[in-house]
Amino acid sequence: MTQKFTLDGVLIPFEDGETVMQAATRAGKFIPHLCYHPEFKPHGSCKLCTVKVNGRQAAACTLHVSSGMVVENNTEELNAERRALTQMLFVEGNHFCPSCEKSGNCQLQATAYHLGMMSPHYDHFFPSRPVDASHADFFIDFNRCILCSLCVRASRDVDKKNIFALSGRGIKTHLIVNAASGRLADTDFSLADKAAQVCPVGVILHKRQGFAVPIGERTYDKAAISAQHEPIAEEALK
Amino acid sequence: MNSPVKKKLKVATTSLAGCFGCHMSLLDIDERLFTLLEHIEFDRSPLTDIKEVSPDCDIGIIEGGLCNAENVHVLREFRKHCKILIALGACAVNGGLPAQRNHLPLTTILEEVYHTSPGLANGMIPNDPELPLPLNQVHPIHEVVKIDYSIPGCPPSGDAIWKVLTDLLAGREPTLDHDLMHYD
Repeated sequence: MTQKFTLDGVLIPFEDGETVMQAATRAGKFIPHLCYHPEFKPHGSCKLCTVKVNGRQAAACTLHVSSGMVVENNTEELNAERRALTQMLFVEGNHFCPSCEKSGNCQLQATAYHLGMMSPHYDHFFPSRPVDASHADFFIDFNRCILCSLCVRASRDVDKKNIFALSGRGIKTHLIVNAASGRLADTDFSLADKAAQVCPVGVILHKRQGFAVPIGERTYDKAAISAQHEPIAEEALK
Repeated sequence: MNSPVKKKLKVATTSLAGCFGCHMSLLDIDERLFTLLEHIEFDRSPLTDIKEVSPDCDIGIIEGGLCNAENVHVLREFRKHCKILIALGACAVNGGLPAQRNHLPLTTILEEVYHTSPGLANGMIPNDPELPLPLNQVHPIHEVVKIDYSIPGCPPSGDAIWKVLTDLLAGREPTLDHDLMHYD
């Protein structure tokens, strides 16, 4: 007998060991997320995928489904909270979409569209975060980092290079490059790295590849993120 | 007996630290401007050249963020006189391109622009009392006054502006669907 749980009033089948996110995605249901990526161990940090399970909040990417679970996802209450989280991400960094190469392919931006974010609402931090352009093939624009840790996980778990890390705690958490100099040029980061493909925002950018696809014709310009469940790999965009 | 003529809503617009691109986009509603003018009349606006906001304005539309003291003064005048204030475009919404100077000290910027740039001879930093003083950082307008609605985009399309204005005129909460919602 197939096991099932309820997601927004619909019965969804699942297999043992699956998370709410995995089962929902397989069933074609979209749960907003930024730090979750199907190829990596969940991090559970961005909280965008927060759902209500039997009346209590939980992260859909880390919670295992059990039979008979009742999960609320696409509700005005949850989306309002997700919108507030997204607004906080926008004001904590420097997110100037019109001049960002990632605009239109950016999951943060697409998620904000999905949630109907018309303004950032909060006061901007306008932090000062110098760009690392030391590497021959990449820019690292720390201004746009949302601390999803996907590059950290990809470099550590797939590339076995451990090039990136999150340093500091709380509001002071920030992305660092694991080199004595702190510069990407002093690592063995390369074009073939998985970590070079996973950034959901415009932090890790390939040099000499600006605006190959015009604004307005990019991934999330054409269809909403909710209609494109799997984060699209960089390779697929080329 | 004729029914009373419906009073037109007064709409004021201005561009603060913007490039007038959002006003150009407003003109992109094209012939729908005539329909709009059946329901509204323009008060202070670059389109009318009226210099002061009437105290009984219904809607104020602000393009651009705040980069100097005069911007802040104008914004506060708009807030005082308009029942509804709309932030139009990326610069009003999050500071936009001008706010990308925010990580640089103002003195460094003025030095470079007026003293050390190549080709400048005997440059001096303008200090005429008529000139508004620049702010240390560029700020989006919601950080200074309450903003009722925002239309993102650089610039927002004419269609997005039309959608928000017609929603408001019809008494609906303005929303933008995926095809009209963009930040770039």
